[in-house]
Amino acid sequence: MPEAGGTQVFEERINEWRSYLQRRQPIAATDVDELEDHLRSQVADLQEAGLDEEEAFLIGVKRLGQLDVLSREFAREHSERLWKRLVVDEDGSGRGGWSREAWVALALAIAAAAAIKVPSVFGMKIEDGSAAAQSFYTLNFSLFVLPFLAGFFAWKRGMERRGIVALSVPFVVGALAVNLFPFSPGGSTEVLAALHLPMALWLAVGVAYAGGAWRSHDQRMNYVRFSGEWFIYLALIAMGGGVLMGSTVFVFSAIGVDPEGLLNSWILPCGVMGAIVIAGWLVEAKQSVIENMAPVLTLLFTPLFTLLLLAFLVTMVWTGSGIEVEREVLIGFDLLLVLVVGLLLYAISARDPQAEPGFFDTLQLVLVVCALLVDAMALWAILARISEFGFSPNRVAALGENLILVVNLGWSAVLYTRFVLKRGSFSSLERWQTAYIPVYAVWAWLVVVVFPLVFRFQ
Amino acid sequence: MFLDDPSEGFENDLAQGSEVEIGKDLVAASATPLVLAILSEGESYGYAIIKRVDELSGGKLQWTDGMLYPVLHRLERNGLVEATWGRSEAGRRRKYYRLTDRGSDELQDQRRQWQVVNETLRATPFTPFHLTPRMA
Repeated sequence: MPEAGGTQVFEERINEWRSYLQRRQPIAATDVDELEDHLRSQVADLQEAGLDEEEAFLIGVKRLGQLDVLSREFAREHSERLWKRLVVDEDGSGRGGWSREAWVALALAIAAAAAIKVPSVFGMKIEDGSAAAQSFYTLNFSLFVLPFLAGFFAWKRGMERRGIVALSVPFVVGALAVNLFPFSPGGSTEVLAALHLPMALWLAVGVAYAGGAWRSHDQRMNYVRFSGEWFIYLALIAMGGGVLMGSTVFVFSAIGVDPEGLLNSWILPCGVMGAIVIAGWLVEAKQSVIENMAPVLTLLFTPLFTLLLLAFLVTMVWTGSGIEVEREVLIGFDLLLVLVVGLLLYAISARDPQAEPGFFDTLQLVLVVCALLVDAMALWAILARISEFGFSPNRVAALGENLILVVNLGWSAVLYTRFVLKRGSFSSLERWQTAYIPVYAVWAWLVVVVFPLVFRFQ
Repeated sequence: MFLDDPSEGFENDLAQGSEVEIGKDLVAASATPLVLAILSEGESYGYAIIKRVDELSGGKLQWTDGMLYPVLHRLERNGLVEATWGRSEAGRRRKYYRLTDRGSDELQDQRRQWQVVNETLRATPFTPFHLTPRMA
């Protein structure tokens, strides 16, 4: 609230002071207004008494009391403010109400929920369980929802027409590929395409999230953070949805009506589609409000996974038994590597790049090295199997993913070692991770578009 | 209501040096009746309340300014005062507080309580500590 009379320097100092206060959770924006009025009155009086502006400001601020103490006093009176509300009113007026953004998100969620029902109109019923319907929905489900999420971000970031056109290309290509390829029913290339298309499109959503500026490393890191939070929100919503569905079954069975059909054909598919969009909006809305959960979980699980891998390695050396190569082993180890990369990524995303290397960094390095060792052994066993049985789409996909993750973790280990030994910076590690993200995109698209062609849709 | 949540922050910080050092507990306990009493003179706002306290006590009661606001907010929550946003003479947003009916009842009540304490204290003979007879 600029006021005539104060010099520019003074206004700047007031603004600085305001933003300093606002960072205190228990002090609401309206309290800051109230305190500002107090400070300005005080300063005016002191100036009248002959002090200069700067002295008056300093004394006024001092008289208001130490910030910590003040904040504690406010917290005592307004303890509910420590539990920040999720559905934020953006202007901080306390009036509540829905923002435009909330309405757009809701509309898009409903659109996504409706979209998944459109094929039913043309006879492709989700609930009839025929092979054709099943393969259609597994291949296409991400195409019914992710365009809406991308649309939300394109709208929110005010993307230009050209950007939006470019953004729609991956969705069109994906839709054409999975629907025009003559997959042999139940073949591996079909399953692989169904698994990789959501990942490929998710990264396309990232382009919208970045408002088209996908080359920016900061934006990429933000999208990583977003993805983690989004996942957690989706899991929470899914739990709520489970309770809702359980209640539906309960109340309808009580009156002798079987709600199974309603659940499977409406509540479940529409709910999932809507939840995916709503979770994205929630993460956007509460971004600055609540501490991010993904890094907290990372902090919790990094030591546990490190222990697990160490125990595994020690046991293997102790008993002298190698890894037995079964069908699922390679996929299992891929998942393990994904987990480790995820732990690494979220630890990086939440870390202050300027901070000195600490105990947690060493732990993280141990985790990465263990994962590499375990994976090296798995790879060895798997290569032997491939040389014996030849290539199949599944084996090539699993092997390719393994290599991609190993390269990431290998170089991360090098950069991390340098950092822990204080010979390198943390930001180089961060940059390596963000620079690597397009590799995942390229690979996902390879599996969706090129694999079926190479392996003749088997 | 008399000593309801005497806040520690107050104890540490509301009292600032003056010749008669008023104890922290007393400062915290007296904040509510003083604010209510000042508001009984008419609608007012934070800074003016502080100034009035200073004036009435001849500068002997000095509060850490910021601490007044949580007190005002508590009184508002308890329905003893009402707040409205208005404008200052200079056109700034300013929050004005006004005593409610419940607030004036509370003030009466508190006045009586303080009177009892005051009278009791006066009734005791004033003897400097070093002359107090020891237990035999």
